[in-house]
Amino acid sequence: MMKLTLRVWRQKNATAPGRFVTYEAKNVSQDMSFLEMLDVLNEELIGRGEEPIAFEHDCREGICGSCGFMIDGLAHGPKRATTVCQLHMRSFRDGDSLTIEPWRARAFPVVKDLIVDRSAFDRIIQAGGFISAPTGSAPDANAILIPKEHADLAFDGAACIGCGACVAACPNAAAMLFTAAKVSHLGLLPQGQPERDDRVRKMVTVMDGEMFGSCTNIGECEAVCPKEIRLYFIARMNHDLIKAGIKVRKMSQQAARI
Amino acid sequence: METGTKVGHAAELMDTRFDAGIPPGPIDEKWERHRFDMKLVSPANRRRYTILVVGSGLAGSAAAASLGELGYNVKCFSYHDSPRRAHSIAAQGGINAAKNYRNDGDSVFRLFYDTVKGGDFRAREANVYRLAELSVNIIDQCVAQGVPFAREYGGLLDNRSFGGAQVSRTFYARGQTGQQLLLGAYQALERQVGLGTVTMHTRTEMLDLVVADGRARGIVTRNLVTGAIESHLGDAVVLATGGYANVFYLSTNAKASNATAIWRAHKRGAFFGNPCFTQIHPTCIPVSGDHQSKLTLMSESLRNDGRVWVPKKAGDARPPDQIPPDERDYYLERKYPTYGNLAPRDIASRAAKEVCDENRGVGPGGRGVYLDFTDAITRLGERAIRERYGNLFDMYERITGENAYRVPMRMYPAAHYVMGGLWVDYNLMSTIPGLFVGGEANFSDHGANRLGASALMQGLADGYFILPYTVADYIGRTQPDKVAADHPALRAVEEEVLERVTRLLDISGTRTVDSFHRELGRIMWDHCGMARNDAGLRRALEKIPELRAEFWENVRVLERNEEVNQSLEKAGRVADFLELGELICIDALHRTESCGGHFREESQTPDGEALRDDGHFIYVAAWEYTGSLARPNLHKEPLHFEHVRLVQRSYK
Amino acid sequence: MNASAVMMLWGTSIGKKAVMAVTGFILVGFVIGHMLGNLKIYQGEEKFNAYAAWLREVGSPAFGHEQFLWLARLILLMATALHIVAAAQLTQMSYDARPVSYAQKKAIQATYASRTMRWGGVIITLFVVYHILHFTFGAVGFTPGQYKHLSVYRNVVIGFSVWYVAAFYIAAMVALGLHMYHGVWSMFQTLGLNTENAGRPYQALATVSSIVVVLGNISVPTAVLAGLLK
Repeated sequence: MMKLTLRVWRQKNATAPGRFVTYEAKNVSQDMSFLEMLDVLNEELIGRGEEPIAFEHDCREGICGSCGFMIDGLAHGPKRATTVCQLHMRSFRDGDSLTIEPWRARAFPVVKDLIVDRSAFDRIIQAGGFISAPTGSAPDANAILIPKEHADLAFDGAACIGCGACVAACPNAAAMLFTAAKVSHLGLLPQGQPERDDRVRKMVTVMDGEMFGSCTNIGECEAVCPKEIRLYFIARMNHDLIKAGIKVRKMSQQAARI
Repeated sequence: METGTKVGHAAELMDTRFDAGIPPGPIDEKWERHRFDMKLVSPANRRRYTILVVGSGLAGSAAAASLGELGYNVKCFSYHDSPRRAHSIAAQGGINAAKNYRNDGDSVFRLFYDTVKGGDFRAREANVYRLAELSVNIIDQCVAQGVPFAREYGGLLDNRSFGGAQVSRTFYARGQTGQQLLLGAYQALERQVGLGTVTMHTRTEMLDLVVADGRARGIVTRNLVTGAIESHLGDAVVLATGGYANVFYLSTNAKASNATAIWRAHKRGAFFGNPCFTQIHPTCIPVSGDHQSKLTLMSESLRNDGRVWVPKKAGDARPPDQIPPDERDYYLERKYPTYGNLAPRDIASRAAKEVCDENRGVGPGGRGVYLDFTDAITRLGERAIRERYGNLFDMYERITGENAYRVPMRMYPAAHYVMGGLWVDYNLMSTIPGLFVGGEANFSDHGANRLGASALMQGLADGYFILPYTVADYIGRTQPDKVAADHPALRAVEEEVLERVTRLLDISGTRTVDSFHRELGRIMWDHCGMARNDAGLRRALEKIPELRAEFWENVRVLERNEEVNQSLEKAGRVADFLELGELICIDALHRTESCGGHFREESQTPDGEALRDDGHFIYVAAWEYTGSLARPNLHKEPLHFEHVRLVQRSYK
Repeated sequence: MNASAVMMLWGTSIGKKAVMAVTGFILVGFVIGHMLGNLKIYQGEEKFNAYAAWLREVGSPAFGHEQFLWLARLILLMATALHIVAAAQLTQMSYDARPVSYAQKKAIQATYASRTMRWGGVIITLFVVYHILHFTFGAVGFTPGQYKHLSVYRNVVIGFSVWYVAAFYIAAMVALGLHMYHGVWSMFQTLGLNTENAGRPYQALATVSSIVVVLGNISVPTAVLAGLLK
């Protein structure tokens, strides 16, 4: 059994000022997940009549993307390719003192304690993170041949869980890895070609408008991504956007002809 | 608050008030003919009708997106921060479809047959047949959306066989099929949000249903950020709010998965179908201590190469490598020589429970069996095993800290899925007109047991291809008038919801919500879990009302309604589980046969296998809320099997 | 490419970065050319001064005296201005994107070079201003009468014989090397050339080019201080 000291960010709501409060987590078993450690602490807090720490979580299998906060300055904590729900206490030592903070970005305002509002991600998807295929309009699934390598690579981008760790870890609070993962996933598939230029233009425009920062190719996003989405997806998006930008002229000429 | 403590004699009625509405004609023409008979709504008029879709998982997102595309005014609700978080995302294995791309003899009829048989003959033939028919459209739709299914080098879709099926009909996307399918539906939904046809209400939880003039006309919700209690009016309501396996507290479901939406609808008049049909998954990582908050499923595919065993001797505490081969009991291979380690989910689960009950379980608490890869590693090499299951071994190590290449995995069954849910007719409409139910939330097409890779299929069939037709038909037939925003039914429900929230906050007791949930889970697991019997169920039916009474006197929910209050959210959900748990036990008690996931110890073959009682139980049990939780009314929808021959399942 | 395409790109963060990549490419090309020119100092005073004089006649007879030089200077000036304006705007965007900073923040794989791009850029800008005032105009670093226009060999030897001036140049070159190291790699990333397979060669190119520029340039003040160039 271990004992830890936790310095946790407490903030009542979006407008209230926040502050760090220190808690002792006693009787921490190595087999607990980080969130279970907080569950136990919360049960204790409720017992004492103190408000439990609010944090977002759901599947606890590392796939829904709900959970995530900073542990000692690292998004999702010290273990690579792991969300906090899958991070277990055996990654820490008895007596450790940990600072726990929410993701910090203007685009992710704090809702309460460790919960932030990531709806900006949904709006980026709304702008173009889809293939327009109304229900019922699809051809036979095997009518579209997709080379295995393309399908696999597209999957690597599609694996994004939208947790926001990339934004949190980025010194610029940029959302490039998130946006690039979707742009690449859809842009790598033949079904995604007709909307490819339009998609990247619209998604990047909304991304910028949501007040995310600008990428400096530092790679911290890649390092904390629980799904190990690679930095070169950002290069892919850059390429697509520049190409789409150059095509603006061609398209306006075509439109003029029609 | 009802706190009935006695088990009532359920009134058994052969009811004519509820009718499954199965269309006439040959089974393979029913859906086609039914679609032709449907009333259409002219495109110009669709915008005038509002459809409320509660839940944004596979069924909800797909329905909301499809109805939005058709031009209806759709409002979609999710208690998550984004529709993409719904628990459909966690499904690993795959999705079935009768494409017959392998040329191995699959067909719509075979998928239909397998599903009815797998469900132990407790599902409606017509519904299952439609599901099998639509399965092929789902794959087409998802590929068109850009779902990156696994492919072969030639560029065609790959398939695998799954869950004991003899054909390869499962489409998959690594071990994240649910995620990819959900993201496809989510993207279609967000596209409609961007186009303005769907309004998305995130962080909004449905707390009650509004029934006005005999029809479902709206919902009352709580804004999870501000606490505001709000009503939303609509011309039809679709519930796609998932299953209730969290009634067991420990399950493979997400933490927030709950029964509140369907339970509130049940209490407003929707019948509840087969609540006791719950599925236990055999391969989950065992509980490691009292802190355990949920259980993690490990793909069934591991049983292809792992051998399941426990020590022969009770209480044998030696580490696994010090137990010699002749002192190990490979009990699945011993009991089911043909299927061995690949015995179906329900059978493998019960067998694990049995050996653990004999005090031969392994690991902390003795609730676990070994899944041993030593032989496979010797035979195929560690590299081959790593290639096949590397990600699963990594996940196992992340959670347990053990290296399964060196020591055997430990596994134990866990609550995973529910076949039961709100009763619906062929149109997926409940007994409340205008209230539709899709996905795991309805009592569905899986009968008493769901086959692997069928849940995703059903959720998407409901969402993409059934609800958009049947909801439109309802609108077209009834042409509902607008409900006045000051309709008395609306105010009444709003007040009830607010009163309930206030009551939860005012109790100021000493026990946390989780402690009640945990205790309820233990009662359910012990008495209504993998094996059930008369005495145990009666015991549970005494304990649950007691626990519920204590909950309403002694639960502690701190702070206020007007803010993010996660304890309050949980309290409302647990309060509903405390009622639903009782209905599950009542249903389990009344069904004295064993079938699928429902195993009654009194009904087994001489060698301990599930024994159906087709003479008495070929029906859907649809329960009606009567005002007394202890005395619901039972309605029976008889099942007719014209295309499938009833046989006893055998996996010897 | 036309005006609307440029404006569309300039309107996005990625487009601005592309502008930085293209202008950075021009500036890196200049830095390498400049470094190669610097090495001519080892060929002796006569040749080095002749090289300086030749620079003023490049493009002859198509270009007149110093015409090409001024064209090049104009292009470099514009590239620098665009590079700095884009950087400033993007930096502002990033500062705005995180109004509340972390109490604790650790970097996992970010290099020192990548994290010092902004201050490195400021240092290099200040250095360039000093460098122009120093060797192009002789306005600083020389006692009156020491600096002679086009007598570049003498100017360099005299300029670098002041040890702290030489040290400042060496330090600035290290800053330039770091900036180039991350900048050259970033250029490939920003222009979308970095793919799953092509990443390594670009990384190598960035390393080699920045090291060569730094070593080539600091060899001159070092040689002066060591008394090898008199």
